[in-house]
Amino acid sequence: MPDKERIVRVPIGPQHPALKEPESFMVDLQGEKISAVTLRLGYNHRGIEKGCEERTYVQDVYLVERVCGICSHSHSTAFVQAVEEIAGLELPHRAAYIRTLIAELERVHSHLLWLGVAGHEIGFDTLLMYTWRDREQVMDLFAELTGNRVNYGINTVGGVRRDISPEQLPRILKVVDALEERTKYYIELAMTEETLAQRLSGVGKLSKEDAVLLGAVGPTARASGVDRDTRRDDPYAAYGELEFQVVTDDRCDVFGRAVVRLGELMQTYSMIRQLVRQMPEGPITVKAPLRIPAGEAVSRYEAPRGEDVHYVKANGTDKPERVKIRAPTLANTQSVAKMLEDGYLADLPIVVAAIDPCFSCTDRMIAVKTREDARTMGWEELVQYGVRWYRERGVDVSKIKMRGDSTA
Amino acid sequence: MNVARRMVRWGQRKSPWILHFNTGACNACDIEIIATLTPRFDLERFGVLLKGTPRHCDIMACSGPVTRQIESRLVRIYEQVPEPKLVVAVGSCATSGGVFNGLYNVKSGIDQVIPVAAYIPGCPASPQAIIDGFAKLLKTLEVGK
Repeated sequence: MPDKERIVRVPIGPQHPALKEPESFMVDLQGEKISAVTLRLGYNHRGIEKGCEERTYVQDVYLVERVCGICSHSHSTAFVQAVEEIAGLELPHRAAYIRTLIAELERVHSHLLWLGVAGHEIGFDTLLMYTWRDREQVMDLFAELTGNRVNYGINTVGGVRRDISPEQLPRILKVVDALEERTKYYIELAMTEETLAQRLSGVGKLSKEDAVLLGAVGPTARASGVDRDTRRDDPYAAYGELEFQVVTDDRCDVFGRAVVRLGELMQTYSMIRQLVRQMPEGPITVKAPLRIPAGEAVSRYEAPRGEDVHYVKANGTDKPERVKIRAPTLANTQSVAKMLEDGYLADLPIVVAAIDPCFSCTDRMIAVKTREDARTMGWEELVQYGVRWYRERGVDVSKIKMRGDSTA
Repeated sequence: MNVARRMVRWGQRKSPWILHFNTGACNACDIEIIATLTPRFDLERFGVLLKGTPRHCDIMACSGPVTRQIESRLVRIYEQVPEPKLVVAVGSCATSGGVFNGLYNVKSGIDQVIPVAAYIPGCPASPQAIIDGFAKLLKTLEVGK
């Protein structure tokens, strides 16, 4: 006689047909329902942060770009922004526009890629083939504008490496027009196709409170009604000069995340049009010193998956002293465990895919050194310590309010 | 070569099933492998079919420089693939470590761990290069060679 209370532990990964990257889940099952999930990451840990310390800033741009191949521009931009801030370089106007243009094209390719993968996870392979076919147009554009389909290598400290010719601008618009038509079709499909809505609705619930509490970022947070987008809240590159809306949704489930990403695609098309229309003339680089003066900087960037944070510490040589990368998936993995709880095992692939995970971004390592004077701080004590630390440096944290966070 | 082996060779050449395994890559080669299987490039016209489990596959397409964490798993997965099996190293870092060469947690290439039949360079390997690599590999499988 089967025991209903019995918990069966199912190992999933590191090699799994549904998940293209190596990560492993230990799923505790009660019948079909998931009672607990333990994540094990780190299969993709290569030691990039340490490698950055051994290479020069120019080499690091290309190494950091290979943190992740899908959002490669995000990482290289976040890194060079930090270095430029330390070196006190003023980014040329045209370079900022080209960077933003590539960033938005990357968002198009990434979101279309996600839509296809999401279709694949629910057994809708036609959608995968459709979106990936459409995505090839963006890839062609990348090949033309930057010289490579993936890992564009367009960023450099102090600007961009390739200029965009006037003949290329209409071609960008043409691709955007074609893709906008296709995206409208996908939106219609998502809104009217009964099977898609039924399969995705109510799956992988994440309430707004939990999204804030677990520090979710990007479309995952926005689909839970958290109105947060680095492009608007802390504009970098050319975002301050663009008009766009931050797409949010209150469905709090996988369907909501699909709706947010499709909505973002439409916003992105409008942004690309603005960028192409307003593209200023001028130089594309400023001369950057090989030795970056001592200092530190934190750089934020809204990657297709969410907020990407880079911290760079320079010590006056041509190599950074420390580079720290916080990729968006790391912020979102915590929420996956929450989304999966009380869900069904069959929903696992799509729920994991819904945060658009990128584990090669995520697999960083922190070594904790125990010292003799080490002690454990409680949450309250830690908060007080943080507030004090900033106040000593002239920042009053208590005045900072987050937009749209009633719970924060 | 006996008749049974010739039959297997023939089948493998006409329709090789592949397993895609990320051994610590940056995802770029992985999305290019998937792109190669989708309509624009359509590797399936050579009979190549992506499979989810090593027990069903003939060819392992590995991308990535092999991290220390994945090394033992790669060997285990390789052992699960039925004979005769082939391994394709996709991308520069799978071939030689590429940009990650020298980092503390990576080996320099798939061939440090398991035997490799074909190398496809490129960072990332473009779909055209992947098709070319597979076509050349399949050619070596022609019966009588």
